[in-house]
Amino acid sequence: MKIAVCVKRVPDMDARFRISADGTSLDEGGLKFDINEPDAWAVEAALQLKEKAGQGEVVVLSLGPPAVQETIRKALSMGADRGIHLAADRIPFDGFSIARAIAAELKGGGYDLILFGKMSPDSSNGIVGAIVAELLDYACVTAISQLEIADGKGSAKRELEGAQEFVEFTLPAVLTVDEGLNTARYPSLKGIMAAKRKPLDSKPAQLGEPMVTIKSLAMPPARPPGKIVGEGAAAVPELVRLLQNEAKVL
Amino acid sequence: MANILAFAEQRSGELRKVALENVTAARALADATGGEVHALLVGAPGIAQKAEQLGKHGADVVLVCEHDALGDYNAEAVAALAAERIKSGGYRVAVFSTSAQGRDLLPRVAAKLGVGVVTDVTEARIEGDAVIVKHPINIGKVIATASIAGTPAVIGLRPGNTTLVENPKAAKVEQVQPVGDPSAARVKVKEMKKGASAKLDIGEAPVVIAGGRGLKSAEGFKLAEDLADAFGNAAVGATRAVCDDGWRPHSEQIGQTGRVVSPDLYIAAGISGAIQHLAGMRTSRTIVAINKDKEAPIFKIADYGIVGDVAEVLPALTAAVREARKSH
Ligand SMILES: Cc1cc2nc3c(=O)[nH]c(=O)nc-3n(C[C@H](O)[C@H](O)[C@H](O)COP(=O)(O)OP(=O)(O)OC[C@H]3O[C@@H](n4cnc5c(N)ncnc54)[C@H](O)[C@@H]3O)c2cc1C
Repeated sequence: MKIAVCVKRVPDMDARFRISADGTSLDEGGLKFDINEPDAWAVEAALQLKEKAGQGEVVVLSLGPPAVQETIRKALSMGADRGIHLAADRIPFDGFSIARAIAAELKGGGYDLILFGKMSPDSSNGIVGAIVAELLDYACVTAISQLEIADGKGSAKRELEGAQEFVEFTLPAVLTVDEGLNTARYPSLKGIMAAKRKPLDSKPAQLGEPMVTIKSLAMPPARPPGKIVGEGAAAVPELVRLLQNEAKVL
Repeated sequence: MANILAFAEQRSGELRKVALENVTAARALADATGGEVHALLVGAPGIAQKAEQLGKHGADVVLVCEHDALGDYNAEAVAALAAERIKSGGYRVAVFSTSAQGRDLLPRVAAKLGVGVVTDVTEARIEGDAVIVKHPINIGKVIATASIAGTPAVIGLRPGNTTLVENPKAAKVEQVQPVGDPSAARVKVKEMKKGASAKLDIGEAPVVIAGGRGLKSAEGFKLAEDLADAFGNAAVGATRAVCDDGWRPHSEQIGQTGRVVSPDLYIAAGISGAIQHLAGMRTSRTIVAINKDKEAPIFKIADYGIVGDVAEVLPALTAAVREARKSH
């Protein structure tokens, strides 16, 4: 089984973000970066499939500036076999461009599965996996929280609003991973040492022209300050009055 | 003049609320340029009955595709059909929802058409050759204004963000045929398990009662359920901490890694208000927080706060809401 996992380097969302002078990007100074959490679940899923099969290869791919090689190394230290870095000055906002570059790289690679996290919290679009599937003409199941692969076929569970969908699909396939599928392992010291010697290829990303561009960034309007209505159950009548007369939601 | 296509999402033969949101938003886009709204409704035979409801919210035409293999969501067949319709109909914008189904469908349709796509859109307008959209990034801490070049633009609206408007139009039904054989899809839905059927979904409910660790246990969520019951139009949501502990299913998780909701009223009970949780509810219209710690960050975003023990405040609130609704 040959599996590719596409991972993104994302800033820690706890940070206070500042808009750069150009008005269309964020100042990266002082931000901490790490692998996007759902992408780490995708790496974990690939490693578990390979371990279960007793053979196979897990290839980790990341697109972006040289720093994304750290993210690839992290996945290698978890146990992936080799890395591909698609070099670009920055990670574009346009998911279609990213997908095009990934598809160009993975096309003809003989991958049985291509895994993604379901979404990254920075650009918050969640579209790259399914576009890659279309461009490569792979079957595609998004946002899975259970997975089984056997006899060249797969089954998965998807969480919908208030419902769950159980699907069967054929290989090769693109899957995007949601919460609940697994818990990503931490790299062991041995893994970290081994990762240093694993192959990591760097080549330019074939991004093409973006179809979506950011025109401006702004901080969201502040919510008007709220108030503490009171303490304990004694405050309930006043809250209900406010909900009826002021907020008009009751 | 620009015609707009709105995708009419359905599940098990019922329109989802987001279908009406899509039509409402499409109507506003079409009216700005004097165009028409065409809704695309795909489902099992009989789904055409739902066209009327789409007309009420502004669909001039309802393109209906009925097929036995299209009752459950059939991603490949629906994407192929939508792309084909959007292309042949010459639409300026195709409006979907960023629901679970829309999220899955949107990128496939955009890829087939080779056009730009943005999900989780909170505002959209046509401006010359571009479609300009607002889209929250970095868990809502920053709002991006993005430009989608080329035609058509494919957008996914943030669910719950569009206030439904009735604007009756003809809803002329036109039957359309599937593209290829819908039963030949590589991905097949084997089973759909619905949550407790009568319950509203957190994405659709006007009121969300969300509970955190402060509710103490899975049993403790009875207090949240009782309050939801008292409202009658409420759904129960949860924090990640609670879902990870298995008190509630992950489908109810609200936040960065869960669902994004914007109900009219959001009641956060025993929730600290971590930034990752706020990412999923900060655009709610009115926010109420109940927390025993007066320093809890949730109070910073709440319109109304009560400092107190949920075990005491929730039952009192439940009783008061029951009383208030009775006197309506
Ligand atoms: C990458 C990442 C993604 C994440 N994604 C999400 C996400 O999608 N959604 C999400 O919710 N979280 C998410 N989190 C987790 C988040 O950081 C918080 O840990 C989580 O939201 C806390 O849940 P909580 O408020 O239930 O629990 P706690 O933070 O433990 O808060 C419990 C609160 O209850 C109050 N309380 C306790 N007892 C009572 C009582 N008797 N009466 C009244 N109040 C009481 C306490 O004062 C406290 O404020 C994410 C974290 C990371 C790192």
